[in-house]
Amino acid sequence: MKAIIATTVFGVIMMFAGLWVNDKKSIAGLATFLFAALLGVTIWDLTTTSVNSPKSLFNDMLRSEHYSLWFNTIMTGCSLLYVLLMGKEVQKVGKYVSEYFALIFFILCGLYLLSMYNNLLMMFIGIEILSIPQYILAGSDKRNLKSSEASLKYFLMGAFSTGILLMGITLLYGAARTFNITEMVTLMHSDALNPLALAGILFIMIAFSFKVSAAPMHMWTPDVYDGSPTVFTAFMATVVKSAAFFAFLRLFQVSFNSLSEHWVMVLAIITAATLLVGNVTAVFQQSVKRMLAYSSIAQAGFMLFAVLAVNAVAWQGIIIYAVAYSVATIGIFAVLVKLKDYTYDGFNGLAQREPLLAFVTTIFLFSLAGIPLTGGFMAKYYVLLAVVQQGQLMWLVIFALLMAAISVYYYFRVIIAMYFKAGTPEISSPVTGGDKFMLVVTCALVILLGVLPQLFLTKV
Amino acid sequence: MPVNSTHYLFLSLLLFSIGVMGALMRRNAIIIFMCIELMLNAVNLLLVAFSKIYADANAQLFVFFIMVVAAAEVAVGLAIIVMMYRKVHSVDINILNRLKH
Repeated sequence: MKAIIATTVFGVIMMFAGLWVNDKKSIAGLATFLFAALLGVTIWDLTTTSVNSPKSLFNDMLRSEHYSLWFNTIMTGCSLLYVLLMGKEVQKVGKYVSEYFALIFFILCGLYLLSMYNNLLMMFIGIEILSIPQYILAGSDKRNLKSSEASLKYFLMGAFSTGILLMGITLLYGAARTFNITEMVTLMHSDALNPLALAGILFIMIAFSFKVSAAPMHMWTPDVYDGSPTVFTAFMATVVKSAAFFAFLRLFQVSFNSLSEHWVMVLAIITAATLLVGNVTAVFQQSVKRMLAYSSIAQAGFMLFAVLAVNAVAWQGIIIYAVAYSVATIGIFAVLVKLKDYTYDGFNGLAQREPLLAFVTTIFLFSLAGIPLTGGFMAKYYVLLAVVQQGQLMWLVIFALLMAAISVYYYFRVIIAMYFKAGTPEISSPVTGGDKFMLVVTCALVILLGVLPQLFLTKV
Repeated sequence: MPVNSTHYLFLSLLLFSIGVMGALMRRNAIIIFMCIELMLNAVNLLLVAFSKIYADANAQLFVFFIMVVAAAEVAVGLAIIVMMYRKVHSVDINILNRLKH
């Protein structure tokens, strides 16, 4: 709860800082400090809550379970990593640097609500707090028409999916007569399943599929991720997406767990379609940024496995997947913003010019492809394990493994361009020692996740 | 004929469907936006109806939150549309196809 208050206050502080401080560098420095402070607050929240008794907050609107607080801490850590890696690039997007950081703080407020909600009202508010700042961030590069287009497209799609989500919530309320997700379980289970409840679950599933960009509701993703300023794409594709997944999982685990035979097949088909569309389309992309957008759809397919498996391993799966995917993707975007040319050819010969950059990029790509000893492998292992333990949907697991094999092709194309093709990559901003240090830290995190994933799961 | 919950349900589902069809078929960003607002208001109507039938104030509370959030969304959305209009002097969403290549 302290974290929600802290992030809101920090966001307001950032907005006022924009009034009084004109120097972009000191604003970025202040933001970095506040993100570190926020990480401290989330850890404080985590340590003051006991493992076995979840605290009910605000008249049972929120419930701070231990895994929620742990997820908050990890995602705040990822945001801090993001600011440390890309704070300099955020300054280049436009004039209003303090506002960009303020919006990121507000997005984190939405994230905290989404990880702790116990009432559909809080879920709705959380999703909106998460989404509305993103519409602005997508359009923050005002000189660029593509950025404005991405913003408009994202806004229209987001508002549309909000409408669907609200209809789902309302139909569910019509069936269960409550918005409380834990009370809902008993009420829906007591009598014969109401058609209103089924329709509500379906609507909510579709709305969440929009938010996490699962096929066939993924159409906006490549355009928005491609059009937005690259620094903000990095944030949208990682921390925000993980938050939406956590909310998705929370609702379906807590409320709809006992009804799983009614919805699991629909979600399995969505998962299969997401894996297929994401991986196959990524193969044909010419731009690495666009390829990463499709790869984020493909990774969403894997994260959906955690929602499909209604058991305890799913929580571990989503947390480890969220952190492994976020860290690797933030890292790869941090390299991408340094380059001028986002096509595969832009990476040609990077290994000669910047050997360290090429090396860390290789590790990040290994992680995304799920090669052992990197975080991505353990993440895929845990989410697939969750479904295997459930004992059904084996066809989907085999299909996912096949699709992971396809993903190796397009990730490795970047590595081939860096190491085996001659060329002189154009670097848009100089790579300083600090950048290199942060990239090595990120790289070390990716490997640590692959070697000792238990470190990140001790609190679950 | 007495009006019961089914009537409200069908009325708001009808309004919701009109909103969805409009959002999917129209090409003008402002009209799409209005159709999305229609979807939200259909939800509001249904929530108020449920609130009355179940004698539960929670649903009416939810309606207030939807209104507030919708207003916030309008503020951001209209600004985005104005930003777009300044650049291309049109609010036709067919220009969004330019992002595909």
